[in-house]
Amino acid sequence: MNGWTGTVLRINLTEGTVQKEPLRTDDANEYIGGRGLGSKYFMDEVDPKIDALGPGNKLIYATGPLTGTMGVSTGRHDIIAKGPLNDTLAASNSGGYFGPEIKYAGYDMIIFEGKSEKPVYVFINNGSVEIRDASHLWGKNVPDTTDILLTETDADAKVSCIGPAGENLVLFAAIINDKHRAAGRTGIGAVMGSKNLKALVVRGTGGVKIADKAGFLKAIQDGRAKIFANPVTSGGLPAFGTNVLVNIINEVGGLPTHNWQESYDPDAEKISGETQAKENLSHGKGCAGCVIGCGRVEKAHGKFASSGEGPEYETTWAFGSDCGVSDVNAVLKANFLCNELGLDTITMGSTIACAMELNQRGFIDSTITGTDLRFGNADAMVEMVEATAYRKGFGNNLAEGSYRLADSYGHAELSMTVKKQEMPAYDPRAIQGIGLEYATSNRGGCHVRGYTISPEVLGLPMKMDPATTEGKPQILKVFQDLTAALSASGTCLFTSFAIGGDDIAAELTAATGVTYTADDFMKIGERIYNLERLFIMKAGYTKVDDTLPPRLLNDPIHAGPSKGTVSHLTEMMPVYYEERGWDEDGIPTMEKLEELGLSAYAL
Amino acid sequence: MDNARKLLMIAPEKCISCGTCELACSLAHEGEFRPSKSRITVYRFEMGVTIPMTCFQCDSPACVAACRTSALVKNTESGVVTINSEKCIGCRMCEMACPFGNIAYNAVTKTPMKCDLCGGDPECAKYCPTHAIEYVPADAAVSKKKYEFSAKMAAAIGEGNK
Repeated sequence: MNGWTGTVLRINLTEGTVQKEPLRTDDANEYIGGRGLGSKYFMDEVDPKIDALGPGNKLIYATGPLTGTMGVSTGRHDIIAKGPLNDTLAASNSGGYFGPEIKYAGYDMIIFEGKSEKPVYVFINNGSVEIRDASHLWGKNVPDTTDILLTETDADAKVSCIGPAGENLVLFAAIINDKHRAAGRTGIGAVMGSKNLKALVVRGTGGVKIADKAGFLKAIQDGRAKIFANPVTSGGLPAFGTNVLVNIINEVGGLPTHNWQESYDPDAEKISGETQAKENLSHGKGCAGCVIGCGRVEKAHGKFASSGEGPEYETTWAFGSDCGVSDVNAVLKANFLCNELGLDTITMGSTIACAMELNQRGFIDSTITGTDLRFGNADAMVEMVEATAYRKGFGNNLAEGSYRLADSYGHAELSMTVKKQEMPAYDPRAIQGIGLEYATSNRGGCHVRGYTISPEVLGLPMKMDPATTEGKPQILKVFQDLTAALSASGTCLFTSFAIGGDDIAAELTAATGVTYTADDFMKIGERIYNLERLFIMKAGYTKVDDTLPPRLLNDPIHAGPSKGTVSHLTEMMPVYYEERGWDEDGIPTMEKLEELGLSAYAL
Repeated sequence: MDNARKLLMIAPEKCISCGTCELACSLAHEGEFRPSKSRITVYRFEMGVTIPMTCFQCDSPACVAACRTSALVKNTESGVVTINSEKCIGCRMCEMACPFGNIAYNAVTKTPMKCDLCGGDPECAKYCPTHAIEYVPADAAVSKKKYEFSAKMAAAIGEGNK
């Protein structure tokens, strides 16, 4: 096949069996791959009500037809499972070099089923697949696990694994590949841990074929020209990484601080991308086939001396402004620890910030936490990251995420979550459209399902006023559908600052030989979005859950550029449902499902 | 050596580890995206340091000297070390002789794999997104490198004088 390899690998950990299946090409045409095709397989095979940490859950590594090609930043893969943090259909996306290696080994997707009795890892060496004992790796962190596995398999292999957090079923454990890249959100690392699967090691020496070489090179040259001419993808991101946003979002008055009690950080400059570039940056880095290079290799100094990759903007915010910490070295240290222990940085930082507010208001104190969880206490923050991964002391409470933590002390309203997942670093009171995204994202509080920050703050592809609700439901639907299809193809979200559905459709057409127009591409995105929506509704979510924490709806921002504003979510929601072709309960209408070929999945 | 001749200049400090050079190379030579069969290989080390490795087209090539069947030849005009697969007997002496490991062996085609500069328009340089790989006249490349280094020294001296 072209683009796709045509083979799906199925590994049953209960039985210890391995099966190779031909790719379902009709489904591949309609869902492309990655998050799309992986979710389609998942929906067909798994009951949405299944226990996320039980053996009935599956874990699907899914690549897109562009993964491993020279497409415009197309080195991505998705990992699909039901996420234990909030029971949504998690499709967690990661970069690095792992996804392409799956393709070179000859597979589009790898499906893990069941649960191994003992810790194991799986070594795929092209056509050979071995389930091997991992008892010597259990308890080890990500870098050590990776180094040992490269020694005992193949130095050129790529490793995706969990750290102690995944083993200890921390509800927001991540799966880390290439030591530093995370499939972070909704706790899929705990799903891997629940299966006693420590790691997946892949070595592939094959290739990815494309249907139309000249057409493909033309498509990527056109796309690259747009990337190289765009100020975000050719300027801000390569120079400062995603941390370029710290000052930008703060100046809008949308950088939440102290667990979202304020939304302007007077100390933001101290942790900004500009500061990190001067004080901490060693090298910029790109994932496989990347033409942007936003990755950071950084060093922390002083008592927090350490090194590694990242942090991303959302991480800098979570451990910085949200925890009231302005020591950039502490922020870096907490980030590196999350990568080493296998934790999602957004939820980790936000959960500590929530605990800090519980402490501030006297709902908990040092007799419970065993440390001084004041806002701004960098030492306590760093200490809590490690405690969480090992579920030590108060870390055992933090390991459940902020919703369960705050709820256990009778104050769920202090958890800054949507559908029990922590929101990232953009305040919807200052930036209205992103609030609608948080409220309607199919995996709960999340910015990368429909990144309206692009038009609302960065002015791409057109400038929209962040303070108004006008046009936001419409643009959000476009962004959500585009992002779903883009992830399905194996493309990085950051390309969308510069290129659109038409560009990626042209790459896909040339790579696969299946004709995709820009309209087809957007329709596929809409199909994926609705499929995910049906999954979470079958899992038990309703329109009542499409909301934001009360603080954002009721408490105006106290100070800074967006002083006095609240989120106008309730104005936008009915318009959004209508735009989506959903009824007033947020359920996709039969007409919409028929249009998308999803009627078999109706509620 | 003819200094007007072009050479592949690799600047590791500009390399972002993306491996696009391997993709471009394998597409050109193998017709598919296949880094394992690329004539240029990206080695990724800790702390983001990455070195793309490929044939230097040496003026006194050890591989040519080791070749007993004259399958490997240094083309004096273009400067490229080329392989005549008809003459190659698959002894792999060239692979052993290269001090840098820049010749690999394709066990399927039973011939060595090495950079041929794509006949004068190297795909790796064409697609490198950060210009870490450039195909430039040797003279210009060396003077550019010299200038860049002197600029760094000047900046350091300027800093010291503040």
